[in-house]
Amino acid sequence: MKAANFEYERPGDIKSVIALAEREDIVTKLLAGGQSLGPMLNLRLAQPDVLVDITAIPELKRVEENADAVTLGACITHADIEDGRVPDGCAGALSTVARDIAYRAVRNRGTIGGSLAHADPAADWISCLAAMGAEALVSGPAGQRTLAVAVLMTGAFDTALAPGELIEAVRIPRFSRSARWGYFKVSRKTGEMAQAIGVVLHDPDRGVCRAVMGATESAPIVFAQAAALFGGTSGAPALDRLDLDAATQALITAGITDAIDRKLHITALKRAIGRAAQA
Amino acid sequence: MESAPANPGQGIGASVLRKEDDRLLRGRGQFVADLRLAGMRDVAFVRSPLAHARIRAIHKPHECGDDIYTAADLAPVKPIRAVSGLPGFKVSEQPVLATGKVRYVGELLAMCVADTRARAEDIAASVKLDLEELPAVHDMLAGRQAGAPLLHDSWGDNVFLETNVEAGIARAFDAPIKVTREIRTARQCMAPIEGRGVVAHWDRRLEQLVIYSATQMPHIVRTGLSECLGLDHERIRVVAPDVGGGFGYKGILLAEEVALGWLAMHCDRPVRWIEDRREHLTAGANCREHHYRITAYAERDGRLIGIDCEATVDSGAYSAYPFSACLEAAQVASILPGPYDFPAYRCRTYSVATNKCPILPYRGVARTGVCFALELVLDAIARETGIEPHEARMKILVRPEQMPFDNITRKHFDSGDYPQALRRAVAAIDLPAVRARQKRGEPDGRLIGLGTAVYCEQAAHGTSVYAGWGIPMVPGYEQASARLTPDGGLELRVGVHSHGQSMETTLAQVAHEILGVALARITLVHGDTAFTPYSTGTWGSRSMVMAGGAVARACEEIARRAISIGAWLLKAEASAVRVIGGEVVGPTSKVSLQDIARVWYLRPQDLPVHVNPGGLEATVGYKPLRDSGTFSYAAHAVVVAVDPETGNVEILDYVIVEDGGKLVNPMVVDGQICGGVAQGIGTALYEEMPFDAAAQPLASTLADYLLPGPTEVPAMRIEHMEIPSPYTEFGVKGIGEGGAIAPPAAITNAINDALRALGAREILQSPATPRRILDAIARAGEAAP
Ligand SMILES: Cc1cc2nc3c(=O)[nH]c(=O)nc-3n(C[C@H](O)[C@H](O)[C@H](O)COP(=O)(O)OP(=O)(O)OC[C@H]3O[C@@H](n4cnc5c(N)ncnc54)[C@H](O)[C@@H]3O)c2cc1C
Repeated sequence: MKAANFEYERPGDIKSVIALAEREDIVTKLLAGGQSLGPMLNLRLAQPDVLVDITAIPELKRVEENADAVTLGACITHADIEDGRVPDGCAGALSTVARDIAYRAVRNRGTIGGSLAHADPAADWISCLAAMGAEALVSGPAGQRTLAVAVLMTGAFDTALAPGELIEAVRIPRFSRSARWGYFKVSRKTGEMAQAIGVVLHDPDRGVCRAVMGATESAPIVFAQAAALFGGTSGAPALDRLDLDAATQALITAGITDAIDRKLHITALKRAIGRAAQA
Repeated sequence: MESAPANPGQGIGASVLRKEDDRLLRGRGQFVADLRLAGMRDVAFVRSPLAHARIRAIHKPHECGDDIYTAADLAPVKPIRAVSGLPGFKVSEQPVLATGKVRYVGELLAMCVADTRARAEDIAASVKLDLEELPAVHDMLAGRQAGAPLLHDSWGDNVFLETNVEAGIARAFDAPIKVTREIRTARQCMAPIEGRGVVAHWDRRLEQLVIYSATQMPHIVRTGLSECLGLDHERIRVVAPDVGGGFGYKGILLAEEVALGWLAMHCDRPVRWIEDRREHLTAGANCREHHYRITAYAERDGRLIGIDCEATVDSGAYSAYPFSACLEAAQVASILPGPYDFPAYRCRTYSVATNKCPILPYRGVARTGVCFALELVLDAIARETGIEPHEARMKILVRPEQMPFDNITRKHFDSGDYPQALRRAVAAIDLPAVRARQKRGEPDGRLIGLGTAVYCEQAAHGTSVYAGWGIPMVPGYEQASARLTPDGGLELRVGVHSHGQSMETTLAQVAHEILGVALARITLVHGDTAFTPYSTGTWGSRSMVMAGGAVARACEEIARRAISIGAWLLKAEASAVRVIGGEVVGPTSKVSLQDIARVWYLRPQDLPVHVNPGGLEATVGYKPLRDSGTFSYAAHAVVVAVDPETGNVEILDYVIVEDGGKLVNPMVVDGQICGGVAQGIGTALYEEMPFDAAAQPLASTLADYLLPGPTEVPAMRIEHMEIPSPYTEFGVKGIGEGGAIAPPAAITNAINDALRALGAREILQSPATPRRILDAIARAGEAAP
């Protein structure tokens, strides 16, 4: 289990990364924290010619704040977020999510951008940031664009990023004071990837009521209008109004045929609702 | 009996800190992968991608053909043969590199060598295989059916060995209570932190093949290599440096060891192979896969009368050296009765060859599966008869007044008070409080369950037991050498190997007990066939009983020799002097062992005329008074909380009451128990190596093969009983494996107790994963299989 031969570059700016990616004579792969790519290299599931380390690029470690949102560079680590070294516009929700990702050693290196780009269905950020209404700021040969996290992931380990594009940063809208947030991850043991994820964000002042069922076989199931899960009623998501048939139907539509898998997803959703209600 | 006094110095009973930790905890250990020999090359193997296939051809690409070796190149190397003398045993021959057929995914097809492992893997990937796939046996029960594909064509079926033990089973047939269950334990991997690894080179001066191997049995590896390579023993030296855990996996002669030995002799460069985790999981360290069809007969009051069982063990493709493919299953029949006394018994066993890698003995060996099967049916009887599970056990546990006791399969229990262990465990877990909490219900909806399990562990069993198995290795006398150095230090040489057992400390404690030399001046020399007496090595929880006894005897001999020199120097009668605290003490004066050593080595002119010319060095052999084994045992009691919506299990409390005989170092014993229980928790809840219908292993990384981590292993409460064995030096008993035996049974019993409130089906398969638990709940009301 040793990686196949590769060259290593560590450019200092995004332009150089894109230039390398545009070369047709080589296959490149971006390296952020290496926590997902490292094993793939060693298992020889990835065999790039050139590994492009993006952790020396200042823009990718930037932190910007304004009244509406916090923008975190793609190379901000899970541990940066867990420890509060970057601002948390979501009343502590970001650091709570970060804390439950993997083990500390992985969190020290793993990045928010790498996690989104890797698009593991069981990963935490893809579901949470979708529920938060976050956007990925993307740069590529054709310039910059933004992509809602909710549509970034197109399938298991697959994204809407075009060849040569990279995630530069993630823009995360701030919670208002009225926001209620609930997150629940079902996993076999501490530090493991999720078997099911439930997320609920109710922020009436901003007119937001979203729910997500994640860690499916593919992209998370996002209910941009969570009212659909609660019999069409507005107001705070409440367990007693949860429409189990609607939730089950969404899971079936997403291809989850196994009853026990569905039970875990429903449980995660219910517990997220419960947590939001207590928040 | 309580633990030894708090401060017995450095001798037996003292919880002294481990000598080896100074280097190990600072990261200064030296493991096989740390060795750097000049010019060393790395090996990667081409392994079979198919479980069962005929080999049509293996194509070596031209550009690196010289760096690739197949069976044809290794022609004179003999296959690994681990025969058993038990009647009817069918012999498998495991070629070092596959010939004719491959019989499991991961079997070695070719060996590739290069200056780095990465390059060797490149070469391995360039080898083209032409394999004709054959139908595979992926399941042991299917493998027993007539018409199943044959692994070893000449056998006629796939059964290595069938055994039958019967003792008056008919007596039980009209019992009023009859409980039948079908029980399974998953195939597992042992997962020591360090995998296997080999560095081999040919020493031209000594004309010797030197093999550094992560092994727990260096002498047995030497014997096995001698057979396979056709080299005399003198031409082979095996060194086991620091070894990072073994658990049985490192007690096996690997085809990789033989292949590297051959390669070192042929390429005139040191070569190494360091097992990676994928090789370890899919092609190496497999163990434990059992199936039981078991019926228990009982009186209406819950007293067990008889057990009737058919047990099948998935032995994998080949018989592993030296323990053979029969040890696991045939042991099942002899140890299934556990610590219980009941009158009727029958057990038939099958060791079945399947297209999976050979299963190897893992800490507790067959005992973990046997304990799981028996303790689950005892709980079923308790439920059926409406009594507490521990009451069902109390009725049949061997009683102290029966000791020594020969059980229904003629196992000889040396000493102990089994009911006391269970009574204390039930008291410590506070049964009434747990039942009250269970009735009250939890605010978060989780379900509380209580489980118990009792086991006994036969340890350090010797010639009289193993001669009957007729396997390549039968343990006899264990030898140790002791040598006082010219400056008064003490060197101990033993053929067992310490790789987590703490023997650098505990054997030194034994020597200290007798000679009083300070622990800091006692060095254990082990892990090198050039420097140590022949030994079958470290397995079967035997090292403290056997090597500890031998060290004691060797030190007693040194004491006698030192006394004769010391008495002369003190001008006293030998009968009037004694060794106390590192000195020979006479009626009026004393002389240190250090001074005596200086006289022997450096001032022989001062020695008595008729001194024993053997000097201050002695090799002595030892066997307990009876070699049928010591019986340590424990009662485990556990409280769990089961989340009925996620299927997750949290262990809330874990109590162990254990009798390990006289404890040489109680802290080390606690460490052995905790480590064993951690592995038992893995067996109970997490660890499983699944295969698909084509016998492809499905867990190839630690992301798929879950091990318990720090948050899954609770703080445990351990109580000791120290009832000495009447047969061993100091009354010690072997305790190395016990911790791993009972947890799957105790935890699964606790889960079934918790799920009872929902009328769920019983969990009868390990591990009790969330999926199995949720399935059991979903199928509430269905009868047990
Ligand atoms: C033991 C273990 C447990 C884990 N448990 C969890 C868990 O519980 N929850 C969880 O969410 N995750 C978990 N992970 C994954 C972890 O969070 C990783 O950090 C994350 O998936 C990848 O981030 P990275 O920075 O390491 O990316 P890398 O491994 O460096 O890269 C991953 C992929 O993303 C690409 N990439 C990286 N950065 C960018 C970018 N800015 N733009 C475009 N493409 C990019 C790379 O080319 C590569 O294809 C676990 C990992 C391990 C090893």
